[in-house]
Amino acid sequence: MTSATERGLAPVRVLLDNDAVVIAKQSQTTPAVTIHAACAAGTVFDPPELPGVAHFVSRTIDRGTLTRPAGAIAEELDGRGVSLTVTVNRHALSLVCTCLVEDLQAILALVADIVMHPAFPPDEVDTRRGEIVTLIRQDEDNPAVMASEGLLADLYGSTHGYGRRPRGTVTSVGAIDRAALERFHVERFAPASLSLVMVGDVEPDAAIAAAAAAWSLWRAPRPSVPRLDAVSSSPVRRLRVIPMMNKAQVDIAYGFTSIRRADPAYYAYWLMNNILGQYSLGGRLGDSIRERQGMAYYVFSALDANVIPGPLTIRAGVSPAHVEPAIASIDEELARLAADGPTDAEMAESTQYLVGSMPRNLETNTGIASFLQTVEFFGLGLDYDLRVPALLRGVSRDEVHEAARRTLVPSGATVVVAGPYAGHPA
Amino acid sequence: MRGMATLERSTMAAASVTEDILDNGLRVLIQEMHTAPLASVWCWYRVGSKDEPTGRTGVSHWVEHMNFKGTTNIPRDKVKGIIEQFGGYWNGYTWIDQTTYTETATRDALDRMLFIESERMANCLYDPADCESERTVIISELQGGENDPDTLLDQELTAIAFKAHPYRHPTIGWLSDLQTMTREDLYAHYRRFYVPNNATLVIVGDVDTTEVMRGVVRHFGRIASGDVGRRPQTREPEQAGERRVTLSREGTTAYLKLGYHAPAVGDSDFFPMLVLDAVLTGAKGVNLWASFRTPPPQRSARLYRALVDTGLASSVSGGLVPTAEPFLYTMSCTATSGTPLAKLEEAALAELDLVRRQGITALERDKAVHQLHARLVFENDSVTNIAHQLGYFETVASWQLVSTLRERIESVTLDQVGAAAAARLAALNRSVGWFEPLPAGAGVDARTGRGAGREPVSS
Repeated sequence: MTSATERGLAPVRVLLDNDAVVIAKQSQTTPAVTIHAACAAGTVFDPPELPGVAHFVSRTIDRGTLTRPAGAIAEELDGRGVSLTVTVNRHALSLVCTCLVEDLQAILALVADIVMHPAFPPDEVDTRRGEIVTLIRQDEDNPAVMASEGLLADLYGSTHGYGRRPRGTVTSVGAIDRAALERFHVERFAPASLSLVMVGDVEPDAAIAAAAAAWSLWRAPRPSVPRLDAVSSSPVRRLRVIPMMNKAQVDIAYGFTSIRRADPAYYAYWLMNNILGQYSLGGRLGDSIRERQGMAYYVFSALDANVIPGPLTIRAGVSPAHVEPAIASIDEELARLAADGPTDAEMAESTQYLVGSMPRNLETNTGIASFLQTVEFFGLGLDYDLRVPALLRGVSRDEVHEAARRTLVPSGATVVVAGPYAGHPA
Repeated sequence: MRGMATLERSTMAAASVTEDILDNGLRVLIQEMHTAPLASVWCWYRVGSKDEPTGRTGVSHWVEHMNFKGTTNIPRDKVKGIIEQFGGYWNGYTWIDQTTYTETATRDALDRMLFIESERMANCLYDPADCESERTVIISELQGGENDPDTLLDQELTAIAFKAHPYRHPTIGWLSDLQTMTREDLYAHYRRFYVPNNATLVIVGDVDTTEVMRGVVRHFGRIASGDVGRRPQTREPEQAGERRVTLSREGTTAYLKLGYHAPAVGDSDFFPMLVLDAVLTGAKGVNLWASFRTPPPQRSARLYRALVDTGLASSVSGGLVPTAEPFLYTMSCTATSGTPLAKLEEAALAELDLVRRQGITALERDKAVHQLHARLVFENDSVTNIAHQLGYFETVASWQLVSTLRERIESVTLDQVGAAAAARLAALNRSVGWFEPLPAGAGVDARTGRGAGREPVSS
């Protein structure tokens, strides 16, 4: 008899007649189900002249359908204790919620109606426009956002799908009308761009039948896939300071472009990133900048290997007096890892940690649903959770060293500093 | 539909907690849960920022940081990785009533987790160099929080809402105290409060209760109890009139915050207030930890409709947290660009005045109760959350309250909500905070406090 761990998640995946993907996984922790519907309608699909459309759609798609006014949707969700979260990232627009098992059919039907038949009522569009403008203004007063978005703009260019501001600008949002939202919906939302994941206390066959009832009549042409150019790392070091003298702390965003998720070196990069800026309290960067030097409450690195080479980003929050020493310490740690590679102990620790953390990451319904969406998006295979340990354990120290040598080049780093700082570190 | 379950199962799960108290006073709560090969350990101390005297604000939080920096039997350089090698996660937090530490990892790490918590209770090092290094880390944490106008406003509002009770000062402490506190201050606080008779150890997960108890006795049984001494008995005097504070600083966005003195979790109107909050801003549930992850269902909530759907605010939220002593019920609004704060405040107060005068409807009460029930189910989705809930309630009242939450919510009547609204939402009981953004170049320098902006006003 095999244990649950040995069997892995073993989700059930079906392709509906209209090419929509449905994935179901039974989990009996609570009498609830998480629904995660993702459409390939992220910010990279914004019209270049109108940044912010995908985000605007994410704020309005659930504010009324052809048959349900906004108030009726609100009552239907709130009355069942359901909070529907609509988010958008570079490639996908996602609707996520958790409901009690007995509400699954009703909530599935509601989510399907929202995705298939949004009405974008004019009054709702105007109200949510005001909210988005306020969000953009808040971002402009937030050093962490200014540094992070500034870094992506400098790495990819401010008009590239990975470099432009995901919410657009006050000007572009002002120019987005109801017709632009409808056009984006018609062009990007279709069964072939949908993946629906359900995780919870319901048998997979029953969940899939409920999903088919809600979605199988949907017909829309398969969306085109626009070209997205890769961007190489900068050959020279770049630094930009965004003075925000009304703030108390400076945010540093420091980074490079890295690799595609499909790159065979991905697992070496995953380990390299963990050793550099994740393991325990921020990896080598945390050891140096927080633990030994006491310069920052947070410092970490993040790898976003994606459809094209995504960013590898290092972030730190420091006092104005510590900007230059913190950047120098980041340079030093990167150069050291690139020159010497990881130690054998670091390889063993990080591998063990990443493998060992999988049961924890896959404990909750929302955690499993998010994992299965990633598996589907990158085509990793339904047994991916079982294969991860071997994929990580198969990475050699030399491969991680090579990843560090290829990417962690301080002389080619792009750095953005935002906060109460006007100086110019070397 | 096949495979359908009911709400009853989660209620039954909450009943299977084993409680034991060691001779040294350590309270131990164990709940077996075999849905994943994981175990979560939380060690809770009844010490928070309310236990801090003037001059040493922030000491509880700083002590929490120091308790990750090595012990007699866990050398400083062995802390890193001690739980990660089991794929584990560890963390801690400090708030007004409590300080807690947690690890969640695969079940084979259980003995290691118990060892870490026993070491943390008895043998932390407080190396002077580490204390100094951590001073700047904590000041960095404080300054990071001050980058957010809403956090700043929350701090100022809390400070004016309380004039006597120590809930008035921020958990992270005032900057001057962080600059002047000594290693001896930290160590004395640690030795006074980190004793088994002031702690609750919670273990939830894929474990065997008997085996866990053996491990607990082995690791904690020989730690001596101690006298935590007399704690302040200050009761906040009844508020005699509305209080206001305005922060005028450079920024882009205006914020409004309303604070009302709220019941403690043990007060009779706590659960009616919980239902009232759900009607006004959507149900958050009663798990402080889990509620950060999922926004409340609030689109049909009264304040959302009155403020967000009308375009006056881009967001509204309510905050009523179970606390040991009466804290605050807060409502926070972000004004949309161009909306004057006076107009936003007028609209918010009109809604609150309406609910004071007319109470809520039966339909609203039923919806709020259902929302709160659903949140109780959603929050029980991991060993970490379940263990958190047991320990948290033990620090503010009793862990046994957890299994009665559904019943207490269900028993709330319309009259009780109406009475709570009438009494608690009175102007006399209110503090109002404004954050007024000033244009670039006109604001106060956040580091020096000097500049062209108006001085904060409070009364």
